[in-house]
This record gives sequence, C-alpha cells and structure tokens, in this order.
Amino acid sequence: MTAETASTASTGPSRSAIDQTLRAILRDVLGLDQAQVDVFDGDTGLFGHLPELDSMAVAGLLTEIEDRLDIVIEDEDVDGEMLESYGGLLAFTEAKIVEG
Amino acid sequence: MYATWPCPLPDGTAGEEMVLGFDRARQQRVLVIPPLFDEANKFRHQIVEIMRRVDAQDIDCFLPDLPGCNESIAPLPAQTIAGWRAATAAAATHFAATHVFAVRSGGWLVPDTLPGWVYAPVKARQVLRGMLRARSLAAREAGVSESSEDLLAEGREKGLTLAGWDLGAPLIRELDEGEFAASPAAIPIEQGEVGGKPLWLRAENDDDPAQADALAAILIAGLGVE
Repeated sequence: MTAETASTASTGPSRSAIDQTLRAILRDVLGLDQAQVDVFDGDTGLFGHLPELDSMAVAGLLTEIEDRLDIVIEDEDVDGEMLESYGGLLAFTEAKIVEG
Repeated sequence: MYATWPCPLPDGTAGEEMVLGFDRARQQRVLVIPPLFDEANKFRHQIVEIMRRVDAQDIDCFLPDLPGCNESIAPLPAQTIAGWRAATAAAATHFAATHVFAVRSGGWLVPDTLPGWVYAPVKARQVLRGMLRARSLAAREAGVSESSEDLLAEGREKGLTLAGWDLGAPLIRELDEGEFAASPAAIPIEQGEVGGKPLWLRAENDDDPAQADALAAILIAGLGVE
C-alpha cells in the first residue's frame, strides 16, 4: 500500500491534492468560503441540491476541473452519479487522473 | 454617462450602438472590451466598478456596445469575431483611445495598435467547449441526447443556439479554429495578481470591490498617473 501511494504521487497529484483542488474549484464556482467547502463530505449533495448549479455552471465547473487537473472529460463521462454528491465527483476525478 | 457611437456595419455603413463612458477629454483614454457571451453579464457590474475607480484617478474610459451584444439591436447570429474586431478598432479610433483594457474573451478583439492589458485571457476553443457542454447537459436533463461533437458539426454548417446565445455558422467556425492572440502590446493580468475568487467562474453574478481596487491599481500604475 505504501509503495502504491508513493508511485501514484510520483506520476500525478496525490489523492489529497485532488481533493483540495476540487474543493477550491467548488468554492470558486459556488462563491463559498473555504470553511464551508472544508466540511463537504462524500454525501454532500451537488447537482440537484444546490440551486446555483445549473447546466451552464456545471459546464464551467467541468471545464475548470479539466484545466486545473489536466484531464479531459468527455460528454459520455458525465452522468447523474458523478454530479450527485461530492464523493461521486471526487471518485470520478480520481479515476480520470489514474486513467489519463 | 450613456451615449451612442457610430459603429461600422459589415456593409460599410455606420450603425449606432450604445456606449457607457466617463469622458472629460482627459489625456489618458482607456477603451474597455468586455468578455463575450455569458461572461459579459457576469462581468458587467465589476467592469463598471473598475471604470469608476479609473475615472476617479482622472482617466477617461469607454465601454462601447458591440453589434449584437448588450443593448445592441443588431442580430447576434449575423456577428463574427472579425466583425467585432473591426468594430473595436473603429471604437478605438472614434474615442481616440490611448490604451485598452480587455477582459477574458474581450482579449480576442484587442486592436494591434494599442498598448494595454488583457485580464485573465482565455482561448476561443475553451469558451466554445463550455457552451457546447452546457447545451448538451441541458438537453440531457430534458431527456434528449446531444453530443458536443454532433452539435459542433451542426453549428459549423448551420449555426446553433448555445446556452441561450444564437450563434451563426461563421462565428462557430471562428471559435473552433481561431487563436485570436491579443496584441503583444497588451500585458496579460492573471487572477493571482488580482487575488480573490475568479468572478467568471461564479454560478451567480457578483462583484468584488477588493478585486476592482486591485485591477484599477494595476491600470493606474501602468498609466503612470500621479
């Protein structure tokens, strides 16, 4: 496990770096304070729970994730599950980075 | 504050567009070029905040409407980046601008002849990608499947309504293919220099006085106003 973590860290951002970046993006998109996004957990609802997140805002959110984490998100990747909760979005982003 | 300016039409005649200006015939005159599309609305308040601060330092500034944008009654589907570049160049001459301050996609329109700044420049393809994605997400919510790829192919041929904006085929082709590098005389200002959260990312429109102060200070320092 230790070896695996070390090798991941050498090829891409660590899990905690991805987590921090995602929180920062949501902070910026939703206009929240750092303290508010710090308490997001896996079950915190996103799309459908936050009125600010309409399709234009989601499009902006995904484009910013692509930019800051250097990944490409295809149309077919985007589904209700990945946007439903913070945990879903984090798991999706981590998988994309591993894939990429 | 509000006036009109003679904006050239594609057929060579002059149309009329609105301009928000602080004009007291002062020596330094800044032409402000706002972002296009959705970000134009997101930034309008903030841009006016910046202009007020610049005006208070004895600098003239102008925010002309481009055809098809803001209060313009010209049809948006008939507009192109090339047309907006021509309109911006005409505005620079009309207002005898000495400098330019462009925001985001406004940087694509900066006249080559003017020194100035581009705040948080963005690539055309990135803006198009965001709008295509918003449309395909909205369609999916409505139970319709539209891929960005198919939408783009359709838009390049026939034009397309993206995120509420009626874009003509020539404009979509320009966005898909173009680079529109700002003039080398325009200095990029990155968000890190300004501080705070990027307003163009905000889901809800907002303004930020501290960011307006920081941006106005960069302009004022660059203009060498005492």
